Amino acid sequence: MSDEQVHEFETKQFIVFSLGDERFGIDSLKITTIDRMKAITRVPKTPNFVKGVINLRGDIIPVMDLRAKFNLPPTEETEETRIIILKLEEISIGVVVDQVLQTIQLTSDSIESASTLINSADSDYILGIGKVDGEIVTLLNFEKLVKL
Amino acid sequence: MDMTQYLQIFIEESNEHVQSLNQSLLQLERDPEDKDVLNEIFRVAHTIKGMAGTMGFTKMTKLTHDMENVLQAIRNSEIAVTSDLVDILFKCLDALENYVSTIVATSGEGDKEYTDIMASLKSILENKGTISATPVNTMNNDSKSSDVSAKYITEKLVFDEFEKSAVNKAIDMGMHAVKITVALNKGCLLKAARAFVIFQTLEKYGEIVKAQPVVQDIEDEKFDSEFTVVVLTKEDKQLFLNEINSIAEVEEVLASYLSKFNVDAKDAETENKIEAKVPEKIEKIEKVVAKEENIHEAAKQNIAHKKTQRTVRVDIDRLDVLMNLVGELIITKTRLEEADITSNQQEYRETIEYLERVTTNLNDAVMKVRMVPVETVFNRFPRMVRDIAKDLGKDIQLIMSGEETELDRTVIDEIGDPLIHMLRNSCDHGLESKERRRELGKPEVGTINLTAYQSGNNVIIEVADDGSGINTEKTKAKAIEKGIITKEEALNMTQQEAIELLFRPSFSTADKVTGLSGRGVGLDVVKTKIEQVGGTVEVESQKDKGSRFIIKLPLTLAIYQALLVNVGNEKYFIPLGSIYQIYNWSADEVKTVQGQEIILLRNMVVPITRLADTLDIPQSDSKDKKQLKIVIVRKGEKLTGLVVDSVIGQQEIVIKSLGKLLSGIKYFAGATILGDGSVALIIDVNSIT
Repeated sequence: MSDEQVHEFETKQFIVFSLGDERFGIDSLKITTIDRMKAITRVPKTPNFVKGVINLRGDIIPVMDLRAKFNLPPTEETEETRIIILKLEEISIGVVVDQVLQTIQLTSDSIESASTLINSADSDYILGIGKVDGEIVTLLNFEKLVKL
Repeated sequence: MDMTQYLQIFIEESNEHVQSLNQSLLQLERDPEDKDVLNEIFRVAHTIKGMAGTMGFTKMTKLTHDMENVLQAIRNSEIAVTSDLVDILFKCLDALENYVSTIVATSGEGDKEYTDIMASLKSILENKGTISATPVNTMNNDSKSSDVSAKYITEKLVFDEFEKSAVNKAIDMGMHAVKITVALNKGCLLKAARAFVIFQTLEKYGEIVKAQPVVQDIEDEKFDSEFTVVVLTKEDKQLFLNEINSIAEVEEVLASYLSKFNVDAKDAETENKIEAKVPEKIEKIEKVVAKEENIHEAAKQNIAHKKTQRTVRVDIDRLDVLMNLVGELIITKTRLEEADITSNQQEYRETIEYLERVTTNLNDAVMKVRMVPVETVFNRFPRMVRDIAKDLGKDIQLIMSGEETELDRTVIDEIGDPLIHMLRNSCDHGLESKERRRELGKPEVGTINLTAYQSGNNVIIEVADDGSGINTEKTKAKAIEKGIITKEEALNMTQQEAIELLFRPSFSTADKVTGLSGRGVGLDVVKTKIEQVGGTVEVESQKDKGSRFIIKLPLTLAIYQALLVNVGNEKYFIPLGSIYQIYNWSADEVKTVQGQEIILLRNMVVPITRLADTLDIPQSDSKDKKQLKIVIVRKGEKLTGLVVDSVIGQQEIVIKSLGKLLSGIKYFAGATILGDGSVALIIDVNSIT
C-alpha cells in the first residue's frame, strides 16, 4: 500500500450490510439515513437495477436494487430489509439491502486492495477488501457503481 | 480581509448594473442629447468601478476608470456622442459582462486586459471624439493598444476570409488570438534562422494562422527587421512575451489580443468556398481548439459547480407575508396539540379549517416568491436586435410592452432561447430590406412588437413583425422538395396548415444559410422547448403585412391540475392541460392500420396507445375488456388516445423532479407525492407515442 492510501484510510468508518451471504461496506460519511422498506414506485423503461423512486420527506429519490446490479437472485422482503440513503456528490440515491449489520472502524492495514484479489474489468467499484474478526467485507465505491 | 462572502452580492449587483447600462446606452444612442441618461451611465460606471475596486478586481477597475474619463468628457461637452462612440461603450459593456461571467465561474476576474478597448477610449479622449485613428470595425486588428509603441506600427494586418473565420472560431471556443510583433536587432545576421526559432517557439503553444510578411518571404529573408504573426492559443500573451524575449537577438516583442471580426452574415457563401479550399487546416485548428476546450471546460465546470448558486431576489413584502403565515402555522400546530379531540370536537374542527386556510395562503405566498417579471428575459433583447439590425443593414425598432408580467422562475429560465430565436427569425426572414420596404410603400424602419400579458392561468407572449409574412407557396414547395408532403397534399392544404409546416423538424425556408438562421435548427426546436414547459406556439401571418407568433405559457410549472388514472396496479397522472376528452370506447371499434391501432372520432383518425404496453405495466385488464377507457390528449395539434384501466379523478399536484440520475428517461415529466405518501409519475404527453 502506498503512503497516500494509508493516510486516506487511517480512521475510516464503514457501515456493513449483507446481501445474501456476502458482506459489503459503505463509507459512513456518505450515508444520510437508513430507512425501513417503504413503497417504491416503479419507473418504467429504466435499467433493471433501478427499483424505482421513493418519497423521502418530500424529495423524490431513485432507489437501486443491489441484488440486480450484482446479478444475485431476488429475495423476499423481510423485517430486516433496509433502504440506505446515500448522498454522492449532489445526488441522493437509495440502495436496498438485505440487512444492516454493524458499524466498523477500519485502519489501513486491515484493508487490502481489490485488484490483487479480483482480476475483472468491472471491479473498479470495489474500493478494497476489509477484514473484521476473520470476516471479509467488500468495501464499495458507489460513485463508480452508479457511474456518476 | 476575506472578500469571498461578498462575492455573490457583487456578482448580483454587477449583473444588475450591467443590465441597466445596456438600457441606458441604447437610450443614449437614440437621444445623444439626453443629459439624464448620460448622468445615469456615468453613475453606474462609477458604482461598478467602486465595487470592483473594493473586491480587488483591478483590471475591471481600470477599464471602468477609462470609461468614466470618456463619459466625463462627454458630460463636459468636450466630446460629442456618435454612433461609433456608443459602439465602443457597448464594447466596454461586453468586456465588463465577460469579467463578471469569469468571476462567476472562477471567483477571479481572469487575465483578459481588453487593451484594444482601453486604447480606443484613450484615443477618443486625445482626439476629442474623433475615432478615425481606431475605426470601430477594424479596431479588432488594430495594433494601437496601449502597450504597443508607435514605431512598430508599420502597416495594418490584412486578413482574408479564412483567417478571419479561423480567428472567430478560436475566440468562440474560448481561446485567444494573440497578435505578436517581433523586432530583431538591427545587426542580426541570420534573420531567417532567428525567425525560424521564434516560429518554432510559438508553435509549441498554439497555431500560427497569419504571418506578415508571409512565411515564404520571412524564410527568404525578405523582411526588414520585424514581422507580425497571429497565434491562436489558450495561453496568455505574457507567456509569449517571456518566451520570445528569452531568445537571443530579439530587440523587442509586442503582443496584444485580437477580438472577433465582424464577419458579415452575407459573406457566408465566400466563407464556405474558402472552407472547402483549406479544410485540413481548419480541421487542424478545430482539433487544437477542441482539445484545449475540453481541458478548459472541465476545469471551469468543476469550479463553477462549487461557486455558482442559483438565487432569486425577492420583494421584502412577499417575504413578510411568508413569515406571517409560517407564524400562524406554528400557532395552529400548538392549538392542535392542546385541543382535546374527544371532549371538544368543535374546537378541533375549527382548528383544522384554520389550518387549511393557512396552508392555502402559504402555498399562494410561496408561489408568489417564485414569480419573476418577464423583464428579466426581455432586458437583453433591445441590444440584441440593435446588433442584428446593424449586421443585416436594416432599420429595426423593437417595441416591448408588458415587461412587468410575472412568470414562474422555472418557466422564465426556459423561454429565453426560444424568444431569441423568434426575434432573430423576425429580423432576418420577416422584415424586408430597406429598399424592398420602400417599394412596398412601407416605412423604412421595420417594427417588431414584443408583448407579454396575462390571460387567465396563462401568460401570452407575442412576437409580431410588420414584414413580408410567411410565403406559404415557398414553404409548400420546400416541403415537397424535402419529401415531407406530396404535391396532392400541398394542393389541399389550408393557409394555416402550410404555415404549420414551419414547425416540422429541420425545416428551413432560408435560401441561403446566413450567420443568423437557416442552419436547420429551426422553429421545431422552439416548439419543442416551449412544449416542454407546457406551453403552445401559434402563428398568424398575412402576406406583406407581417407575421405574429403567439406563445402561450402556463403561469407556473410547480403546481397544476392533473388527472389520476389507474393502469394495472399502478397510478399515473396526466396533465389536465393536455387532455382533450375522455371516452368509453367499444373494443370492437378499434381498427388497425399497419400495426397502429386507431379509432375514428367524429371522422377524425386518432391513433391510440395502450399505456400498459408502452410502460410494460403488468396485470392490466384493458386487453380483454369490451369497453376501453380512452383519455384523448393533444400532442401539439394532433390527438392521441391513451388507453387506461380506470380514471380516478382530478387533483392539484406539486411537480417534483425525478432528479439528475433519472433525468434522461423518456415518457415522464416528473413525479408527485400522493396523499398516502407514495410517489406517482406524471406522464409527458409529448414524448409518448
